[in-house]
Formats: sequence, structure tokens, C-alpha cells
Amino acid sequence: MAQYAVMIFERVAPADLPPEVMQAHGNLPERIAEQGGRVVAGLALEPPETATAIRGDRVTDAPFIETKEVLGGIFVIEARDLDHALALAKLTPIVDGGVEVRPLLGFQVLEGG
Amino acid sequence: MLAATVRVTRDLDAAEEAVQDAYVQALSTWAADGVPANPGAWLTTVARRRALNVMRRGRTLEAKLPLLLEPGGADPDEPAADAIPDDRLRLVFTCCHPALSPEAQIALTLRLVCGVATPDIAQAFLVAEATMAARLTRAKKKIAAARIPYAVPRGDELPARVDVVLTVIHLLYATGHTAHSGENLVRDELTGRALDLARMLRLLLPGEREAAGLLALLLVHEARRATRTDPDGRLLRLAEQDRSAWDRELIAEADRLLVETLRAGPPGRFTVQAAIAALHAQAPSYDETDWPQILVLYDELLRLWPSPVVALNRAVALAMVDGPAPALAEVETLERDGRLAGYRYLPSTKADLLHRLGRDAEAVAAYEAALALTGNAAEQEFLEQRLSAL
Repeated sequence: MAQYAVMIFERVAPADLPPEVMQAHGNLPERIAEQGGRVVAGLALEPPETATAIRGDRVTDAPFIETKEVLGGIFVIEARDLDHALALAKLTPIVDGGVEVRPLLGFQVLEGG
Repeated sequence: MLAATVRVTRDLDAAEEAVQDAYVQALSTWAADGVPANPGAWLTTVARRRALNVMRRGRTLEAKLPLLLEPGGADPDEPAADAIPDDRLRLVFTCCHPALSPEAQIALTLRLVCGVATPDIAQAFLVAEATMAARLTRAKKKIAAARIPYAVPRGDELPARVDVVLTVIHLLYATGHTAHSGENLVRDELTGRALDLARMLRLLLPGEREAAGLLALLLVHEARRATRTDPDGRLLRLAEQDRSAWDRELIAEADRLLVETLRAGPPGRFTVQAAIAALHAQAPSYDETDWPQILVLYDELLRLWPSPVVALNRAVALAMVDGPAPALAEVETLERDGRLAGYRYLPSTKADLLHRLGRDAEAVAAYEAALALTGNAAEQEFLEQRLSAL
């Protein structure tokens, strides 16, 4: 099995997501497991207004890349190959936006972190 | 051969190397012992053995080798000969994976499925050899890193994936056919490669009607190819082409395919395009073409494939059925739409319609706009000739 990051780009702010979408996010690990994959990790981000960018010494109040769809969260899945990973990523509930699937070069959770 | 070797190596670069080594070994072995009964099978066996040896030596690297095949599929003892058609099909689906850019899909297909050398591919697509080599390397890296599978897609995914493959083959043929810029011998080869691929796909995917549709379409194009230009290389319009020189055998083969395909179920976009091309091929002359039927087919094509290019071609058929005025209105709508900005056939079609309506001053401006958009010598000459006739 290979690991992929599924990055969620969504125009709707997390606070405005309808409850059924939130629930679908909650069910995602189970649905992915049903299709022979596995969710290894997941992280949800606060909205971009809370982001701070650092370029060299300069600190600015903004996300690093400003786009209409903002990176709302990332989860890491295990899948057999890209076709399997794409099929699993398609299960992600999206209101207005999409996801990007990228193979992981490495993934590590440090003990005691 | 490459396709069969990839199954062993799970890595495109390693497979290419093993195949090259097999050819080198063939040179010396065949010179000494004579050519074997089945040279292809001999080469494949040697290439696979060669690949296995290299892999055994590089065990530590194995964890990093991309898994280009479905789990448990690699059996190095399996006789290579029966595996070949299936392997070629898998390789086509890998090269034409939607996760790769269209440019990469077409380049990979030529390099890995057809075995065309990188400099020749670069020449055909008018890019520097280094650019094409980098494009191929990038694509192979993505196949490895993202684990694009080396497999025929599952049933429910198959039609959409077949469509990508057919689009690549069609583009390949069109590139050889239209020669966008300058004369180029390599481009002639592209049409042949595309036809071979279309035949292979039709054979290996008998249940996919669109594979038959594409083959029929390319056969009709091929039947008319020699008459697209005059002996001096000047482009001829469909109305001016010598219909007696069209290859009747190819047209008959396309017809048989089409009848069979249309009987099997509702047509897809390649089948409808083939039906339009076949109607042109059967007509005794341009004016005696069954234009009303062609217009009906264009309506169907536009429904299946709502592309502005299709809409422009439909306007040409509309002009033949209802006259140039309603057709010009359609073309002007397309012009305002903006999606065809920079597409040289829009102003040239518009110019022709304006001329037929007696609005020559406007036609001149439209021909000049078309001229500014084409880099192809034959097309430039054609447009200049139309322009001077006004």
C-alpha cells in the first residue's frame, strides 16, 4: 500500500459547512475502509484569515498562497495505487471546490509530540 | 516487448534498458547461431531475464521500484508470447492515464507503445529534443511516484478511460494529418502509428464501440489523405479533391465497421464523426452530398460533445442546407463566445460565408485574420489564393 495526501480545497468556510457535510467528513474513515483503503491521519485547518506567512524575515498576515479555494484540511490515506487513491478521494464531501491527491514522500508522527 | 518487460521490472526505465540490452545480445547471438524461429518472443524472453538479473542485483533498490502492476500479477515464468497483447493494452492505459497531461500522454504513447525514438517525437511536435526528453522523464517520474497502475481499468471506469486513449490516438493522427507548421516527413509516420494503434485497440477491446468508431473515422481520413493537397503541395478543399483517387477499399472497411457499430447500440462521438466522414466519402460530389443527413449527425454530435469546434463544423453543413446567412449568424455567435479565439478555421469559415453573401470587403478582413493565425505553408498559400480571388 502507498500513502497519499488528500488536500481539500473548499470555498465554503468550515463554520458554514452544512451539518450533513460535517457528518460525511466524520464517516469518511469508515467508508474508505469499506473500499479497501485506510485513513492514516487527518487534520483540519482554521480559516485562512488566521494564517500568518513568513518569507525570509518578513512576516505577513495572510496565507502563503492566496486562492479562491482555500486549503481547508488534509488527510493521509493508504491505497493500492493511484486509481484506488482517486476512487477513495472522490468520497470526500465537497460543497464548492475539489481535492488534490499527491503521493507522500514520507509521513511521520513523532512519539511524545 | 517493452510492455511484457515492464511487468517484470515494474519500472519503465529499467524495462527500456533491458529491451535495449536484449537487442544488443541478439546482434551477437543471431550472428553466431542464426535468427530464431520467433525473434519477437526470443527478444522478450531475453529482455525479461535481463531485467530480472538487474533486479536481483539491486535488491536494496527494490523497495523504491514503482509498483507498476496489480498485486500478484508478475510471474516471470509465464510464457511471454501469450501475454503480449494484454500487456500492450495495459501499457496504453498507463501512458494515457488522465492523471498525466495530454502532451505527456501522447509523447509516452509514441515512445513506449510505438517505440518511436525521442528525437523523432520532438521533431513531430516541433519542440527541442531536450524539451521532449524532459517531458518524458517528468511523466515517467509521476507514473512511478504516484503509482499510476499498469492495468486495464475496471468495467465501470473503462468507457471514460477508453475515451482518453481514443482522444490521444485521434490527436496523434490529426498531428500527422494537418502538419501545422512546415513540411515534415516524420509526421507521415504519425498517421500510420495512429492507425496501427486504432486497429490494436479495436482488436483488444471488441466490446468498446467507440474503439470501432475511431478506427472507422481514421480509415476514412486515410482514404482521402493523398487528395488533400495537389502535386505542388497546395491544400485542396473537399469540393476540389479528386474523389476518384480516394481509397475505396479503406472506405468500404470503414463502412462495414460503422454498420456493425451502429447496430450494436447508441453511437458515441467518434462513431458519429465517422458516420459524417463516411457520408462525405460516399457522395459522388460535394454538391450531391447528403447535407441534410450530415446536419442531423452534427446536431447529434453537438449533443454528445458540446464543443465550439463541432459547432463551427455544424455551421458549414448548415450553410449547405439553409444557405450562408443563417450559418454566418451561427459563426458570429461563436465568435462572440470567445472560446475559439485564435482558432484559424473560424475566420476562414466566416470569410467563405461572407464571400458567398457578396460581402467581399468583410471577407478580405476575415481571410487576413485567418492568415495571421496559421504557421503552415500550405494553408497560408491556400488562404492567399482565396484572398486574391476576391
